[in-house]
Amino acid sequence: MKKVGVLALQGDFEAHARALERAGAQPVEARTAADLDDLDGLVIPGGESTTMLKLLNRENMIEPLAQFGSRRPIFGTCAGAILMASEVTSPAQQSLHLMDIAVERNAYGRQIDSRVAHISPESEFETRTHPGELEAIFIRAPIIQRVGPGVRVLATYQGDPVLVEQGQHLVATFHPELTQDARVHELFLAKL
Amino acid sequence: MYIDEAYRVKVGLAEMLKGGVIMDVTNAEQAEIAEKSGATAVMALERVPSDIRKEGGVARMAPISKMREIMKTVSIPVMAKARIGHFMEARILEALGVDYIDESEVLTPADEEHHIAKRNFKVPFVCGARNLGEALRRIAEGAAMIRTKGEAGSGNIVEAVRHMRTIQKEMKQLTVLGKEELVAESKKLQAPLELVEWVAEHGKLPVPNFSAGGIATPADAALVMQLGAEAVFVGSGIFKSSDPEARARAVVKAATYFNDPVKLLEASEDLGMGMVGLDISKMQESELLQTRGW
Repeated sequence: MKKVGVLALQGDFEAHARALERAGAQPVEARTAADLDDLDGLVIPGGESTTMLKLLNRENMIEPLAQFGSRRPIFGTCAGAILMASEVTSPAQQSLHLMDIAVERNAYGRQIDSRVAHISPESEFETRTHPGELEAIFIRAPIIQRVGPGVRVLATYQGDPVLVEQGQHLVATFHPELTQDARVHELFLAKL
Repeated sequence: MYIDEAYRVKVGLAEMLKGGVIMDVTNAEQAEIAEKSGATAVMALERVPSDIRKEGGVARMAPISKMREIMKTVSIPVMAKARIGHFMEARILEALGVDYIDESEVLTPADEEHHIAKRNFKVPFVCGARNLGEALRRIAEGAAMIRTKGEAGSGNIVEAVRHMRTIQKEMKQLTVLGKEELVAESKKLQAPLELVEWVAEHGKLPVPNFSAGGIATPADAALVMQLGAEAVFVGSGIFKSSDPEARARAVVKAATYFNDPVKLLEASEDLGMGMVGLDISKMQESELLQTRGW
């Protein structure tokens, strides 16, 4: 069974651990650079990207995380997507540059603009997992404003990419870990 | 359980705040310090609880201009307190666009019998509780997050510990009861049977359970996390200490590394003086904030 870390500095890391179990992996909470050592992959959960970023800097985990990303797949949701981007706006902040995407924070508005959407993924996603619409929960979500040439879009909502991959990495601006649908996590596990 | 999409979106934000620290702030300057320290959210209020205690008078929702200023200054979620039962303060806060409303015993209650009917709102609510019955009544009304009450503005962790232990114990007890016993328990708890049954089956609340009221040090934060809190609210503990930014940063670190004594030691060094605490056993019943609401 694949051992997948969930960055557990802050956020919905427990929900991701349960989702990974449902998808057939063994989740491990990762809070230090040493915790990354023998993992097959890593999930950066939803939460507050500013909080995670501060803890990553204070605990000297930025470089180890970037290095982990050069060797192993990382899947980020919402705050995770923001941390993995190469450019962040609203306001601008530091990121790991693991994906060639530009992300605008809180782009739908405040919590009253958070929502559940039912979206039709691209056929590529359905071929690699199973057919059927995705329930996408957006919580103070970011919008991916630009994707680089190496980035493949697997699902969109209102014309914006919401699930994209580049090489071994995957990001979603919504929260598949808060639903019972294990397909997005299965797609990630297939990359390990 | 009546879990529709709107309710899942409300609980969803509470999920995102887990493992973090929500800090009381009264102005933009404090909000900026809170965000810089690593707070996951700020709670806007007129005065921090220890000042409300000292100055007395009626404590109301914060001034709109202050809240706008705070919302403009930080990119993290902004919560705000409304008085218990004051659904029009809540409507105004919803129109303002705050991300969460705390129907809070820290403010002077507006209604001594009724809490706000929270399901009718699009904005999510958090409510305080001292025991399982109180928590489930608030969830039945639509709260999407519970925080144990503790004793706000006391700088004393003893009530936060009591309330967290009480809820955890009452939940554990439900898990070993039979169906017919749960009906009797529902009557005793004064809470809807379907919520009592949900807790009996899962051994936890259907919404995140955070801790508040008396957290003043990194060790306090780690203690309530060990007892089952999924995140912490810190009120007077930060801005009534001698070095708010250092203390805020330390409590943030403690909420993440609550299981790592070496990291907690690091977090506890060089903090300056904590807020002056109160001995709750020497306080009059009428001075307690936790007994507001039912």
